[in-house]
Order: sequence, then C-alpha cells, then structure tokens
Amino acid sequence: MCGIVGLFCKTPDLEPQLGTLLAGMLGTMRDRGPDSAGFAVYGAQDGLQVKLTVRGPVGTDFAALSPLLSQELLSDVGLIVRDTHAVLSVDAGHEIALRAALARLAPEIDIVGVGKRMELYKEVGLPADVARRFDLGGMSGSHGIGHTRMATESAVTTDGAHPYTTGRDQCLVHNGSLSNHNSLRRMLVREGLGFETENDTEVAAGYLSWRMREGDTLTGALESCLKDLDGFYTFVVGTETGFAVLRDPVSCKPAIMAETADWVAFGSEYRALVNLPGIDGARVWEPEPARVYAWERAA
Amino acid sequence: MSEALDQIARTVDLSTETVRSLNAALHGLPADTNETLWRVLNPRGQHAIAVGLTRPVAIEIAGHVGYYCGGMNQAASIEVHGNAGVGVGENMMSGRIHVRGDASAAAGATAHGGMLVIEGNAAARCGISMKGIDIVVGGSVGHMSAFMAQAGTLTVLGDAGESLGDSIYEAQLFVRGMVASLGSDCIEKPMRDRHLAALRSRLDAAGFGGAIDVAEFRRYGSARRLYHFHVDNAGDY
Repeated sequence: MCGIVGLFCKTPDLEPQLGTLLAGMLGTMRDRGPDSAGFAVYGAQDGLQVKLTVRGPVGTDFAALSPLLSQELLSDVGLIVRDTHAVLSVDAGHEIALRAALARLAPEIDIVGVGKRMELYKEVGLPADVARRFDLGGMSGSHGIGHTRMATESAVTTDGAHPYTTGRDQCLVHNGSLSNHNSLRRMLVREGLGFETENDTEVAAGYLSWRMREGDTLTGALESCLKDLDGFYTFVVGTETGFAVLRDPVSCKPAIMAETADWVAFGSEYRALVNLPGIDGARVWEPEPARVYAWERAA
Repeated sequence: MSEALDQIARTVDLSTETVRSLNAALHGLPADTNETLWRVLNPRGQHAIAVGLTRPVAIEIAGHVGYYCGGMNQAASIEVHGNAGVGVGENMMSGRIHVRGDASAAAGATAHGGMLVIEGNAAARCGISMKGIDIVVGGSVGHMSAFMAQAGTLTVLGDAGESLGDSIYEAQLFVRGMVASLGSDCIEKPMRDRHLAALRSRLDAAGFGGAIDVAEFRRYGSARRLYHFHVDNAGDY
C-alpha cells in the first residue's frame, strides 16, 4: 500500500511552517503505511556549504565525533544532531576530505543524502513517532517529500524506507512496484551509478539521476520513465529547486493534488491534505495518468 | 440548503463524531422513519461515509469524501458537495448518488442499479463491471471505463479515455466528446430513436437539462465476439 506526500511552498512566508505541515501529512498517512517513514526537506542554503546527512547506530556520539572531523579537515564541520541522524556541513571544497575522514574515524556511519539544501531522514516506526524523533515539526524549508511504508516485498528496515536518493539534492518517494528494476540497475551500474540496496525504488531514483546527468530536465527525466520503467508507480520527486509528480499510465496507485497561490501539495489521499492552510479554497484534482506535473522556483 | 431545511435536517459533524457512529445511526433507521433529511459536515476525505444505506433518506455531505462513499446504497439519495475518492457508489443497488465535483477511479464499480451522477470528471475505470446502474458524467472519464460492463448505461458528456468498454457485455455507452480508443470487442452502434429518447430522459433525470443536444452523442456497445471461446483465438492465450 504505502502513503506518499509532498509539499512545495510558492512563497517564502510559508517556509517556516513546512516541517509542521509535512509532519501532519505524514501522520495522517499512517493508515497506509505504519512500518516505517521517511522524509526529505529542502532547507536554506548556507553559502558554498554542502550538507551530508549521515546515519549512525543508536547511541552514536555525533557530538564527540564532530571535533575530530574538524581536526582532520583543519576546518570547521557544522553539526546538527537529530536522533540517529546528523547533518554535517562543510565548505564544498572539503567534502572529499570529510568523506575520507568519516570512513576512517567512524566506518559504522552511513552517508544517506548529500546536497546544498536537502536533508533526508528515515527510520522504522509509526510515521508520527519518526517525525517527532527527528523534530520534523521544527524544520523549515521550501519543499519536502515524505513516505509511509507498508512493507510487502522486503523487510521492515531503515534501508527499506523511503525516500531514496542517488544524486545531489535529488530524492524520490514511490508508491507501487517496478518489475524491470534488475535489468535497469545493471544498465545504470554500467553507466557508473552506485546502489546501496536491492530496492526497486532506489533504481527509479538512480534512473532519474542518470537522465538528469545526461542533460534532461526534471520533466524530461520523468517523461523518459514512461518509456523505460515497467510496473506500477506514483512518484513524487524533489530536486534542489523543483518538485514533480508522475503516475504510470495504468494509475492503480491513488493520487490527489491541491494548489493555492501559496503552495502545491500531493497526497496519496485527500485526507493527507485537509489541514493545509486554505485547503477549502484550493483547486483539488486527481493527476492524470502518464502526465508530468512539475514546479520550479528560483535557486 | 435553506434555513428552513436546516432546522428539520439532522446534522452530523464528522469533526466531532465518527463515520462509524454516523453509519450506525443511518443503519438503525426504521422503514417509516421521519428523519429523512441528513446533513453531514466536515467529511474531510474520510472513507466509507454513508455506506450500506437501505432507507429512502436524503443525505447531503458538505465537502470532499474519501473512498467508497455511498457504497452498496439502496434507496437513499446522497449528494456530495465536493469530490469523491475511489469507488464512489461501488456496488450500489438503487437510489441515487450525485457528486457535485470530480470522482476518482472506479466510480460506480459493479453497481446493479440506481443512478450515479458526477458533475465533474471521473477518473480511470469508471463503471468497471457495472451490472445495471445508470452513470452520467458531466465531464470526461478516464481510461478503461466500462471495462467488462455487463448491464446499465454510462453517459459521458465530455471525452472518454483509452480502451473504453474493453471486454464489454451488454451495457450501453453514450459519449458526446472524443473517444481516445475503444477496448477489445467494443464497437460503435447506430443511435436509434429509442436510444435518443432514453438518453434524453436520463439526462433530464441527472439534472443536465434540455440545453444538451442528444444528437451530439454516439453510442457504443458489445460486438459480442468474446462471449464464447473461439478456436481461432486459441493462439492468443
């Protein structure tokens, strides 16, 4: 089953509320996916800094690690700890050194997302609990996407939770299942992409990263999906400045969208959208099959 | 709704009461009930609102509803002042459901009777496996509508998506706009006077009024080539 949500602010005024609104949407979608939840938020960009969202085993002492990393890099490493995850930020020029230092000093820590603005969190548990553990309600940002999982084909693990990311500031949540992900994964590996899991959605994320690397726009990359992906999917995609939705031509998986002058929102069900400000006056519609809906904002 | 009606209607606010309690109250109505007008507030997309009704009462729902609204309906008249989620009027037997906005996929699925009116668009698989209901859609319907439709009518004032009437049995389909493609065994059929007359009366019953010219519609139905196994098709299985 699974539930997916997305919210894109058209105006900066709404940005401080993004986390609270997204947390509410995720909580409502518990009924469609109580096993695990995850979300990505596109926050403010800090100069030339790059953000690495990392995940460690329960009890990881990020606060003790961060001075050691700063020492290694001879440069300050910013740190925000959120439960099992942390966001490390450094000047873009230090990213390679930071990755090397992490691998040496704390090999048990995984890098789960990289970008100028994107932060990505996911854990096993009820969506409202996951949102609370990471303090999603306290986050602000221009857009965000989220997923609540009802596991059907693979174990309930953090690695099996969405969103998936395979490119900088790029991530994807997916409701459905792909049937040609193994052949696609082999093709993408030949193209130089790396995958951490056996998950079909990670392949879809990789496919989009590959298309955009090859010069496609976000819309163009999604249109290519219609040709190359076989299976059921409703996708919600985030990039540094963009937000997009695509349903497969058969559209077995539910989808509803709403738009006002201030925001665009996606939900697996209308229930996920009912607490958004101004929803009663919003244009509400079901996205058509095989049609890309995309929004961009100035970088 | 007028103020006078407000005073006699029984109002249920789903922001303070559960769908279950609303449905239980409706199921508990006696055959000769005087509580024939109900008003439902704040549906907020909840599922299974006003399902399984068996009394000829009128229900007005102020807002968007979730899945299966009015499912299995018998006798009741349900009006949704908003959009409906998946499967509105699924398996309804009689009565009437009127959606003022759009409907999601599988509107009127498997329904045996009564009338389902959707003023806006209906998404994919509208009237799938319909068994006798009259469905009238003011806008367009999505792909695979009337898939395996067995009886009843589907009337579409707008366009129809791909594979309309795929594997259809005896239902009759009337489309005023474009048909993206016809499904397997669905063909256009001549529109005779009796079809025009029946179409006129259905449009009137649905509340679309006399402004619509029935001559603009085309009729589609079954070629009846899939009723029996045909040995020439053996290679297709």
